Amino acid sequence: MKIEQDHARFREIVRGRIRRDLRKHMANGELLGKQGDQVVRIPLPRIDIPRLRHGSEQQGGVGQGDGDPGDPAGAQPGDGNQPGKAGQAEGGKELELEVSIDELAEIMAQELELPRIEPRGSKQIKTVTTRYTGLRQTGPESLRNFKRTYKTALRRMIGSGEYNPHDPIVIPRREDRRYRSYRTDEQPVANAVIIYMMDVSGSMGDEQKEIVRIESFWIDTWLRTQYKGLESRYIIHDATAREVDRDTFFHTRESGGTMISSAYRRCVEIIDADYPDSEWNIYPFHFSDGDNWSVDDTVQCMHLLRDRILPRVNLFGYGQVESPYGSGQFIKDLQHHFATSDRVVLSEIASRERIYDSIRDFLGKGL
Amino acid sequence: MRHVKPLPPHLAELVDETRAVATGFGLELFETIFEVVDYQRINEIAAFGGFPTRYPHWRFGMEYEQLSRSAEYGLSRIYEMVINNDPAYAYLLEGNSLVEQRTVVAHVFGHVDFFRNNYFFSHTDRKMVDRMANHATRVRRHIDRLGIERVEAFLDTCLSLDNLIDINAPGLRRPEARARDTSDGERVSVQKLPARDYMDRYINPPEYIAELEAQQRREAERRRAFPVHPQADVLGFLLEFAPLDAWERDLLGIVRDEATYFAPQAMTKIMNEGWATYWHARILTEKTLRGDEIIDFADAHSRVVATSPRKLNPYKLGLELWRDIQERWDRGMFGPEWDACDSLAERETWDRQLGEGMHKLFQVRRLYNDITFIDEFLTPDFVERQRLYTFGYDHRSRSWKISSREFDDIKRSLLDSLTNFGQPWIVVRDGNFRNRGELLLSHRFDGQPLDLNHARDVLQSLHRVWRRPVSLESLWQGKGRLFSFDGTQHADQAWDLAPLT
Repeated sequence: MKIEQDHARFREIVRGRIRRDLRKHMANGELLGKQGDQVVRIPLPRIDIPRLRHGSEQQGGVGQGDGDPGDPAGAQPGDGNQPGKAGQAEGGKELELEVSIDELAEIMAQELELPRIEPRGSKQIKTVTTRYTGLRQTGPESLRNFKRTYKTALRRMIGSGEYNPHDPIVIPRREDRRYRSYRTDEQPVANAVIIYMMDVSGSMGDEQKEIVRIESFWIDTWLRTQYKGLESRYIIHDATAREVDRDTFFHTRESGGTMISSAYRRCVEIIDADYPDSEWNIYPFHFSDGDNWSVDDTVQCMHLLRDRILPRVNLFGYGQVESPYGSGQFIKDLQHHFATSDRVVLSEIASRERIYDSIRDFLGKGL
Repeated sequence: MRHVKPLPPHLAELVDETRAVATGFGLELFETIFEVVDYQRINEIAAFGGFPTRYPHWRFGMEYEQLSRSAEYGLSRIYEMVINNDPAYAYLLEGNSLVEQRTVVAHVFGHVDFFRNNYFFSHTDRKMVDRMANHATRVRRHIDRLGIERVEAFLDTCLSLDNLIDINAPGLRRPEARARDTSDGERVSVQKLPARDYMDRYINPPEYIAELEAQQRREAERRRAFPVHPQADVLGFLLEFAPLDAWERDLLGIVRDEATYFAPQAMTKIMNEGWATYWHARILTEKTLRGDEIIDFADAHSRVVATSPRKLNPYKLGLELWRDIQERWDRGMFGPEWDACDSLAERETWDRQLGEGMHKLFQVRRLYNDITFIDEFLTPDFVERQRLYTFGYDHRSRSWKISSREFDDIKRSLLDSLTNFGQPWIVVRDGNFRNRGELLLSHRFDGQPLDLNHARDVLQSLHRVWRRPVSLESLWQGKGRLFSFDGTQHADQAWDLAPLT
């Protein structure tokens, strides 16, 4: 179709816009709220052509139906569930575009210059997929390919002079029959697990958690394109740690102290139980405001990291969000101990605007 | 002529039958070529504004994306599409039921009759399908030579100006923008009335002569102005006087041609859709509908005329107005006697046995556009019966509220929204602004301010075409204001708005 060229061009422009505004989109939590399974909706202001027009103050007009002056006219903007394209025509609402997760990751990769991840060699396992692609002469009747059977029979009958165009009856014989047949493909599949850990102690506020949520969305998005089977596990901790589901992870608020080692210990347990490092690419990410309970606990953390976690994971990410209460000491301790390790990535996320850079820190290594 | 796959026999038969019925009712049609297309193709054609081919541009792709998305979600489905062309081309969506096709064909014939006979379409190019294809070829050639980026960027520029045309221009001869002879030198001569010397100062009072001379001088001054009269056809003005490269002029011309072609459709939306709906209803219910199709037809038809609280459905409004006109002229419900009658009972049974309804309908469809149509035929009775109201946004409760059911308010609101089909009135005021070859446009304020963000972007587009600083005067928050762009930055300043001559 002729439109395809225009459509491709349009998508190209859209991608350009998204790239240009990626920093803004990445700081924008709204994007995630709208994510479906495979697509995200990105609001794009003004991709249309500017024209001289009347101001978009909410103007009103003429409508039709029952009611007296002062009564509400139809469904209101806040009511949700508006029919049809009403929203677009009325408020001059900005254009929303659907972008697939893959496309978004692609854009992110280009813009952040993320390297492709090379799954660790020994960790490849193979899966077998079956695809119906070929034909053969025997098979179950349920897989008979009628069209090809008919064609073969027709060809044979024309060839042998049996075919009479005035009485076009085609009778397939045994040898004319064709059946669909499958082929098995062996494909290396790289599995990965992300273990998110978050400090939910009293000093972590809503804004800090929101930042973590946004960060985790982008990490998910990227790693999902790199690994076919991606799993996520979630650990929250204050002075003790426990594993929770995704929803709880982002919405729990505890009070009390912070013992980071509890989370790391839990992380080790999860890896031990479910993710042998010969088969899995493992990505623990820890988010905290950097305020640990005691120096002793920090020492324990360092031991756990060095001996139990780092040898088995692709990457260990630590993101420190800034909170008004935290001392922010922990990142300095990590810095001190692991300055030379290229598997440890540390990132300070002072505000939403820093998410962009932080993601680049985390994923820029290609590990 | 384009090659179109012939219709399957059952549809060809349906078209022939409907055409016979339509012409029997008095509709005058172009030859109309129907084509059955699948939904992807119909979305493509719709994205192209109804045409099979357009020049390459991303906005058609955007349109397509939105159409196919809402089609996927089942929000909207395109029922009919027809091009104002001779022969007319129309599309039938593959997979529609027979009764839907029957409705669409009748509806299309309504449009074709309207295109052919309405005065405002009389200046449109009836070979537009070919012309659009030529435009596409020309644009492609420019792209091959100059690259997509440059051509597209300039097309974007032109398109952002494409509503600055004079919608009435095709039917009128406007005075030329630049007067051929400015004036007869500096000499001003006033023809005095013949009088004897002693009577002269009474017959030709000196003050009066001085005033005439001053007037002539002003006239001469004005003839030197450029343009002589403010020009509503901004694109035409740019095309003639802006310092453009040949390819740029070509693109600007294409954009202006196409905008001019589409303008009458915007000017007659309510009438045109109403007319087509009126005719599909009559043709089907009176003639071509089969007994077992009635429910399906009623279903399809009711979807076409569904009303909604905050958006006027032009199909519905148009249809009801046409029916109202027919009834009023059949029963003679107009004129001084009718106006004077205030007995409800009498009004309800009023019938002067005029039988002029059909005659009036055909006359109105020939001579009116939406503005004159509403202005003349919208009556208080009609507004009452159709439950029309005006609504506005109530900032206190942050919701849309019905604001009035008064006839005058409703009529004014409708007419406001139709004036210049809802576009601001912009004219070229001065092509030699500040005596520095700058361009000054003027916004004729009609109660609604301009959207400033857009206005700034449009100034940039104008600058790209004019290649000199450009300004736009308008009323902003009750005061005159001048918005300018000099190629690097925007400025705005308080400004005395002189009345337009």
